[in-house]
Amino acid sequence: MTRAFLALVLRDLRLAARVGGSGAMGLVFFLMLVAVVPFALGPDLNLLARIGPALLWFSAVLATLIGLDRLFQTDVEDGAIDLILSSDTPLEVLVAAKGVAHWLTTGLPLALLAPLFGLLLALTPGAMLAVAATLVVGTPALTFIGAVGAALTASLGRGGLLLAILVMPLMVPTLIFGVSAANAATGGTIAFLTPFLILAALSLVAIVIGIFAAAAALRQSA
Amino acid sequence: MPRLSSLWNLANPTRFLGLADRLLPWLAALAAALLAVGLYLSFFVAPPDYQQGETVRIMFIHVPAAWLGLFMYVMMSASALGTLVWRHPLADVAQKAAAPIGAAFTFVCLVTGSLWGKPMWGTWWVWDARLTSVLVLFLMYLGIMALWRAVDDPGRAARAVAVLTLVGVVNIPIIKFSVDWWSTLHQPAAVFRIDGPTIHPSMLWPLLVMALAFTVLAVALHVAGMRNEILRRRVRSLWLMEAERLDAGAETAAGAAR
Repeated sequence: MTRAFLALVLRDLRLAARVGGSGAMGLVFFLMLVAVVPFALGPDLNLLARIGPALLWFSAVLATLIGLDRLFQTDVEDGAIDLILSSDTPLEVLVAAKGVAHWLTTGLPLALLAPLFGLLLALTPGAMLAVAATLVVGTPALTFIGAVGAALTASLGRGGLLLAILVMPLMVPTLIFGVSAANAATGGTIAFLTPFLILAALSLVAIVIGIFAAAAALRQSA
Repeated sequence: MPRLSSLWNLANPTRFLGLADRLLPWLAALAAALLAVGLYLSFFVAPPDYQQGETVRIMFIHVPAAWLGLFMYVMMSASALGTLVWRHPLADVAQKAAAPIGAAFTFVCLVTGSLWGKPMWGTWWVWDARLTSVLVLFLMYLGIMALWRAVDDPGRAARAVAVLTLVGVVNIPIIKFSVDWWSTLHQPAAVFRIDGPTIHPSMLWPLLVMALAFTVLAVALHVAGMRNEILRRRVRSLWLMEAERLDAGAETAAGAAR
């Protein structure tokens, strides 16, 4: 079971790194969003510093969506899904492996690079650290909520936009607590730990529900 | 198991259609009568509020619409379980018919709330916990309706929507308790409380009549929607059969020509 899990994670990581994979695309999109917003809002550094954490979080949500629509779709197209479905290993474990691989290629790099992008938005070092910490804890929730949508739309040719419509409402609580934790760290009326712990709890719940719901959806639709 | 078997008897769409045809006129008439009584009570009998004045009457539509918006989602989740667990043939029909009705009630709730908010709070919209979570409910209804339209085969669409509905059900308790967990602008519950309603009987009665009227209206619309969906599926299968027949005819013609 562990071997199948690791094999699937490694396969997805390799696929993401090679030609046609979406490995670096999420990051480039993330950078693009962060770079475009100052053009829209004007280069006022005080304003950017104030909305910076929210902006980074919002960009992270959108960047997560980029790779999601291909999460199961490529497997449906090349037939790998039949092997995954008929494997001895429980489908839930394999869905977890796909989610972990997706998180390793989008969520984690986003969180690690967020401090760098924070420089563009004139964040203070404390705020950068807080945003990175909340993203590390919060992006698994985004990935696994998104995995449900990806599984539901896996066999639809035109699932990309539908996926965004289905999962964005479910991502709202994660976004709220991620941003409020990041803002609390930079000086607010509430302690940092309260929203941060709720964010961690949301992540854990999303991982559990996401794995089982995505596996159920795959069994039904693929 | 007499009771169980009666539920399974309804699984026969023809029997359901017969029952629906007999029930619908009564349900529609009852809904119309209750709505007439409820609207009369809330616009002419109930007193204006000592603080809010006449705008309090918006509440008689706003609150039942909010209840029904939640209720239809719970109904949809129960049907989703029926689809996934028991494979009840009418469960996915019930699920599909409920989505637009629930979305409409949620929309009415949002619009009337915003009309009330302008004179009372001084703004059409605030990003308060209750308002935001109801907006998320509305977006989820739209997503579910979009997923229904995206999958061609009704059976597969039903199972996909069922999974999505059950995932989205976590939002329902958040909406219900949002006013207690985050004490922001929206009022806390006034009717269903452990220590009894805090609303004066002169306003409680019109509200309850309106709630009953909205519920009967929702049931009537839902039965009608289910009937239409069954008929729509029959038309679809007739079309498929006709297409197959034409296809087979064309093939034999082509074979004869060869």
